[in-house]
Amino acid sequence: MKYIEEFRDNKLAKVITANIKKECQDRQYNIMEFCGGHTHAIFRYGVQNLMPDNVKYIHGPGCPVCVLPINRLDSIIDLIKQENVILCTYGDMLRVPGSDKNSLMKIKAAGFDIKMVYSAMDALKIATENPNKEVVFFGIGFETTTPPTAVLIKMAKQLKIKNLSIYCNHVLTPSAMQSILDMKVEKGETPVMIDGFLGPSHVSSIIGTTPYEFVPKKYHKPIVIAGFEPLDVMQSTLMIIRQLNEGRCEVENEYTRVVKKEGNKKAQQLVAKYLDLRGTFAWRGLGYVKNSALKIKDEYSQYDAEKKFNMTESNTDDIKGCECAAVLRGLISPPECKLYKKICTPENPMGACMVSSEGACAAHYSYGGLLE
Amino acid sequence: MNKIDIKNGVVDMSHGGGGKASSQLIEQIFFKYFANEMLCTADDQASFDIPAGRMSISTDSHVISPLIFPGGDIGSLSVHGTLNDVSMSGAKPLYMSAGFILEEGLKLSLLEKIVKSMGQASVDAGVPIITGDTKVVEKGHGDGIFINTTAIGIIPEGLDIGGDKAQIGDKIIISGSIGDHGTAIMSSRENLEFDTTIKSDSAALHHLIADMVQVVPDIHCLRDPTRGGLATTLNEFSRQSNVGIDIIEQKIPVKTSVKSACELLGLDPMYIANEGKLICLVPANKVDELLKLMQSHKLGKDSKIIGEVVAEHKKMVTMQTQLGGRRIVDYLTGDQLPRIC
Repeated sequence: MKYIEEFRDNKLAKVITANIKKECQDRQYNIMEFCGGHTHAIFRYGVQNLMPDNVKYIHGPGCPVCVLPINRLDSIIDLIKQENVILCTYGDMLRVPGSDKNSLMKIKAAGFDIKMVYSAMDALKIATENPNKEVVFFGIGFETTTPPTAVLIKMAKQLKIKNLSIYCNHVLTPSAMQSILDMKVEKGETPVMIDGFLGPSHVSSIIGTTPYEFVPKKYHKPIVIAGFEPLDVMQSTLMIIRQLNEGRCEVENEYTRVVKKEGNKKAQQLVAKYLDLRGTFAWRGLGYVKNSALKIKDEYSQYDAEKKFNMTESNTDDIKGCECAAVLRGLISPPECKLYKKICTPENPMGACMVSSEGACAAHYSYGGLLE
Repeated sequence: MNKIDIKNGVVDMSHGGGGKASSQLIEQIFFKYFANEMLCTADDQASFDIPAGRMSISTDSHVISPLIFPGGDIGSLSVHGTLNDVSMSGAKPLYMSAGFILEEGLKLSLLEKIVKSMGQASVDAGVPIITGDTKVVEKGHGDGIFINTTAIGIIPEGLDIGGDKAQIGDKIIISGSIGDHGTAIMSSRENLEFDTTIKSDSAALHHLIADMVQVVPDIHCLRDPTRGGLATTLNEFSRQSNVGIDIIEQKIPVKTSVKSACELLGLDPMYIANEGKLICLVPANKVDELLKLMQSHKLGKDSKIIGEVVAEHKKMVTMQTQLGGRRIVDYLTGDQLPRIC
């Protein structure tokens, strides 16, 4: 495990902790880690309790399954029931709660054909092996998982596969970040005071660092692209604190071993060839966000499950009492939600933040008991 | 009696019908590899004398897929798993039973391979399979083969081992590296093949346990961390005994290959099944002696002290992470699901 273990080293952690303590001034530092990967690392390795009391992590909306609105999930469940398709999905999606306490896991148990896949290419194989059935791939994730979906379309076209389509739910990170920064505070809500961002790790390996320039330029907040290992998170935290103390505000890249300024051009070109911006897309917690998601280009519409099956979106509300929206915006911490741990648990999640181990509530539930 | 065609034949409904085909299958496969006097009398039951004292019994159904995996198969696993369960009371296992549910269409050559391996595991363990049963279900109603085994054993006098017996100050020993079995199974599943050298740790631990309880009879808790892994077993102890448990991540042995596979799949070895490991809680003043003994045994050579029982945070397991932070280690909820990013 070379190049991984080094980034979990406790001697180096001690050094960084000491540097952070030395650097911290008499003020509060609220840092939003955007990605679920960061959230997971913070809880899994106990990073928060190595920090001084005035350094606080606010868990952002960077968990792709957490931000998918219920009606998008309900729509695919309806499709499975009506058309009896084979649905291929990444594992995280299986437990996400839809309406009526439904989930893909429950639909699977009821006998519908849902296959957990590790790669978009598995869907291609399944479609080839089942020529008499319609196979739908549940495309979900941020910019990291979008290129494989583009490759899937490319391959399906190349191999002339007709029984495969994609339910495209890919979303974009920078627009979500902007939506958080633009958020209007409603009556009775305490505004989120974000001093700086830990920027996406794997996402940035695709899109590079330029798309985040608006964060310092327009909103005057520092952002540091941070790897997902605990020492990455800690070092990036130190870099944000330094920027704040020195009155700087810029995009810095801590994750230089992977992320280049220009990103992965080849992946970007692939995505641009097969996918288009959606005018607007609903995010759980953030509501409708302009230009925040991707759809399949019209010329490839035979691979677009929404068009192929005339899928419609129902108007379903989020679960009553569920505070995922406030948690995702950093307005409250998970234990402040009335449902947390009482009726909303990882075994029986009410809200999406409790589903994936990257979700703020699930991470808090599994690892954070000492913080409560 | 005619010979059945093991090389080319498959299981059909007549093999479970109780007639001639059933007898052929039993005699030419099961009796051949389980060969022992009690079984081969072919009565509907086995009878035997019992020594005085307390008995221990455990049953386990094995439904693993794939049937053959790196480091073992469903046959050897069905012997090891149940022997381990019975011997975690400190018992010396005496006899086993085996019930088979075969799916129509199962290749007889595969069945023979599994039964042979099972027979060998039973011989190696020194615990005969003395009674059994075979049923056949229609194609599509099973997954090739399901095996239920039951084992009984005798608990030596003076032992009082149980999950509710942990005492504050007890040290926690694990008998070797964690996560091998579950990772080996995952690596060989149809949709997830990846090249690896990881082998299942499937093994019968009763000989190791017999040595352990002889040297340190006042072991408090013993359990094999199978499904749910090390994290789940420690949580069970802390709740059953109403104590806190502290462990140190860096002391927990995990093979590099297992760590890498888990890293790749987004899984945590703390929750992955083991089939040849045990966790032991023992008074602090006996721990060195016990550790030395375990390390001298083939199945315990990588034993490590990984933590202790504490008075604080009752019913909760906490871990000092390799980074130097602290967190709780909770029960596994549902199945571990791989993460997207």
